[in-house]
Amino acid sequence: MTAPYEPWDEKRGADIIAEHAGLEGATLVILHAVQEAFGYVPEPAIPMIASALNLSRAEVYGVFTFYHDFRKQPAGRHVLKLCRAEACQAAGGDRLAARAEARLGIALGNATADRRVTLEPIYCLGLCATAPSALLDGRVIGRLDDAGIDALVAEAQR
Amino acid sequence: MTMRLFVPRDAGAVAVGADDVALALERAAATRGIAVEIIRTGSRGLYWLEPMVEAATPQGRVAFGPVSTTEAAAVLDAITSDSPHPLRLGVADEIPWLKRQTRLTFARCGVVDPRSMEDYRQHAGYRGLERALSLTSDAILAEVAASGLRGRGGAGFPTGIKWKTVAQTSADRKYIVCNADEGDSGTFADRMIMEGDPFVVIEGMTLAGIAVGATKGYIYIRSEYPHAVAAMNAAIAAAKRAGYLGERLGGSGHRFELEVRVGAGAYVCGEETSLLESLEGRRGIVRAKPPLPAHKGLFGKPTVINNVLSFAAIPFILAGGAKAYADFGVGRSRGTMPIQLAGNISHGGLFETAFGITLGELVDDIGGGCQSGRPVRAVQVGGPLGAYFPRALFDTPFDYEAFAARDGLIGHGGVVVFDDSVDMSRQARFAMEFCAIESCGKCTPCRIGSTRGVETIDRIRRGERVTENIAVVEDLCATMKFGSHCALGGFTPYPVMSALKHFRQDFGPAPTGLQAAE
Repeated sequence: MTAPYEPWDEKRGADIIAEHAGLEGATLVILHAVQEAFGYVPEPAIPMIASALNLSRAEVYGVFTFYHDFRKQPAGRHVLKLCRAEACQAAGGDRLAARAEARLGIALGNATADRRVTLEPIYCLGLCATAPSALLDGRVIGRLDDAGIDALVAEAQR
Repeated sequence: MTMRLFVPRDAGAVAVGADDVALALERAAATRGIAVEIIRTGSRGLYWLEPMVEAATPQGRVAFGPVSTTEAAAVLDAITSDSPHPLRLGVADEIPWLKRQTRLTFARCGVVDPRSMEDYRQHAGYRGLERALSLTSDAILAEVAASGLRGRGGAGFPTGIKWKTVAQTSADRKYIVCNADEGDSGTFADRMIMEGDPFVVIEGMTLAGIAVGATKGYIYIRSEYPHAVAAMNAAIAAAKRAGYLGERLGGSGHRFELEVRVGAGAYVCGEETSLLESLEGRRGIVRAKPPLPAHKGLFGKPTVINNVLSFAAIPFILAGGAKAYADFGVGRSRGTMPIQLAGNISHGGLFETAFGITLGELVDDIGGGCQSGRPVRAVQVGGPLGAYFPRALFDTPFDYEAFAARDGLIGHGGVVVFDDSVDMSRQARFAMEFCAIESCGKCTPCRIGSTRGVETIDRIRRGERVTENIAVVEDLCATMKFGSHCALGGFTPYPVMSALKHFRQDFGPAPTGLQAAE
C-alpha cells in the first residue's frame, strides 16, 4: 500500500516549502516533497511555492503541469504502473495491459470508482531484460505473465 | 567460519525475487545453524539467470541461477556440501557469456558491495583519481581526449573536446552535470551502474570537476529509478565520510560537492538542454544551441553535461591511461560499449564489449534469439528514436558511423528484439504516439507532426488511401527530421521510416502496377 498521506495543511505545506526554498532551482524538489507528504499537489500550494521562490504563479503552475509525475488530485489507494514501452511490448506487454484494464474495468490512466486502484502507463522502468514489468506502489515486478498480472491486480484491489 | 553469499540488490534482480531469495537463504542457514553473511551486490547483468546467487569458495565465486525461494535451501546445501545442483553455473567469472565480454566500465558491477567504499577501493577504485592528482588539468584533459571516448548518451560527441571547452571558458562558477535520465526503452546500463557501482560515477564526475575547474555537480536521475536514487545518495554520503567529496578531497587542494536531483517523468529531459532547464526548476523545454552548455549551461555557467556511462568510463581511462582504453574498438568508435539486450530475447542483459561486434552476433549468438522460440523479425537499436532493422541488416557492426550509414543509430546501446508476431505499422504508430506524449511543445514539427503522424498511420492501418497516406507520413518525417529543434522530433522518423522501408508489407497492400495481360 502507498504511504498513508497527510491531509492538506497550510502550515505543514509552508514548512515543506521553506525547508527546500534555499536550494538552487528548487521548484521540482519542492513539488516532489509536497506530493510525497500529501499524495498530490494541492492547489493552494502553487501560489505558496511561487511566493517562496519569487516566481509567478503561472511559472510554477506551468512546471507542475509539464511533468507527468505530479498529481492534481490524490491517486487511488494503490498505484499500479505497467510499462508500455518497446521492450515490454516485444515481450507481450500489450496483452497484459489489456488484461489488467479488463480486470479492473478501467482504461490506463484512471482510478477505479472505489478509489482503490489507479492504473497508469509508465514508459520504461529499466527492467527491459526481465520484461514485461510493472511497479506496484514502489515495488518492481518483472517477467510478468497472465497469472502474474492477475495476482498483481488482485493484490492492488485488496 | 562464516560463509559469504552474494545476492544482487539490483532492481532487475529484485523484480524477479532477489529480496525473497536472500531472505530464504538467511532462514535456511539459520535452521541449519550455519553462519552466513549475505552481501547485496549489483547485478552482473545476466538477467535470464537472475536471481543469481554466488558463494565465495576457494575456487572463486561459484554462481547458481535463476534461484527461486523454493530452491534456496537446496542451493545452500549444494554450496555447503560442494555437491552438484541443476542450477549450478560454475565459477561466475568463467561463465562464457561473461567471459566473452570486455568489462572496463562494468568491471566491478555485480562483484562489489555498492554501499562499501572499502570494497570499491579494494577493487581498484579511486586509482584514476590518485593518478589524476599527480597530473595538471591539461594533462587530464589530454588523456580524456586521447582515449577517443565519445558521449555514451547517444550523440557520440567527443568527451575530451567538451571538457576542454569548459576548461577554457572562464567563469566564477562551473558545473558538472550527470545525465541519468535514462528514458530509452531497452536501456538499463545507467541504472545498473548506479545501483551496482555508484562510486565509479562519483569518481568520474570528480575527475571532470578537477579537470575543468568545477566544484559542484548534479546527478539528474529519472523518478522511475528509485533504487538508483537511493544507491547514489548512499554512495555520495559514504564518499563524503571517506573524504572523497567535499573540501580537500582525497587529501588534495580540490573541492567537489555532489547532489542528486530527481526528474518527474518527462522523457524529453534526457535531452541535455531540457535537462538543464529542469534542474533549474523549470519546464523541460529544449533550449536553442548555441550557446552550447559548455559555454552557457546550468544557471548560465559553463557546464560539462555527460551521460552516466561517459563519466563511468573516465576512472579506467585515468588509471590505466588513454591508450589502454583506445586500444579497444574500431574506426572512430574507441573503447567499449555496454550493450543492453532486451525485449523478446533468450539471454537478455548487459554485454560490454569493444565496438565492432555485429548486430547478428549480438542478437543470435549472444542473445540466443527470441525467448518465445519464434524467429527474430525486427530489432530496434537505440531506444524509441532508433531504427528498426530486419535480419538483412544483421551484418551491421556496432559502431556509430556504421549504424548512421544505414539510417540507424546506436544511441545509448539498447537492442530490443521482436519476434515474427510483431506488427510493424503498430510500432511505427507507437513511435509517433510516444513523441506526441513526450514532446515538450516548443517546436511545431515535433508537437504537431507527431500527432498528425499518429492520425495518418491510423488511416493507413484502416486501409484508407494507403499510397497517398504513406506519402504524407514520409513528408511529415522529412519535416520532423529537418525542422525539429532536438532529437525527440528529429529522430522519431528513424523508427517510422525504417519500419516503412524494411517492413512495407505491414502497412497494407503495396501499390499494384498495371496487371500483366494473360
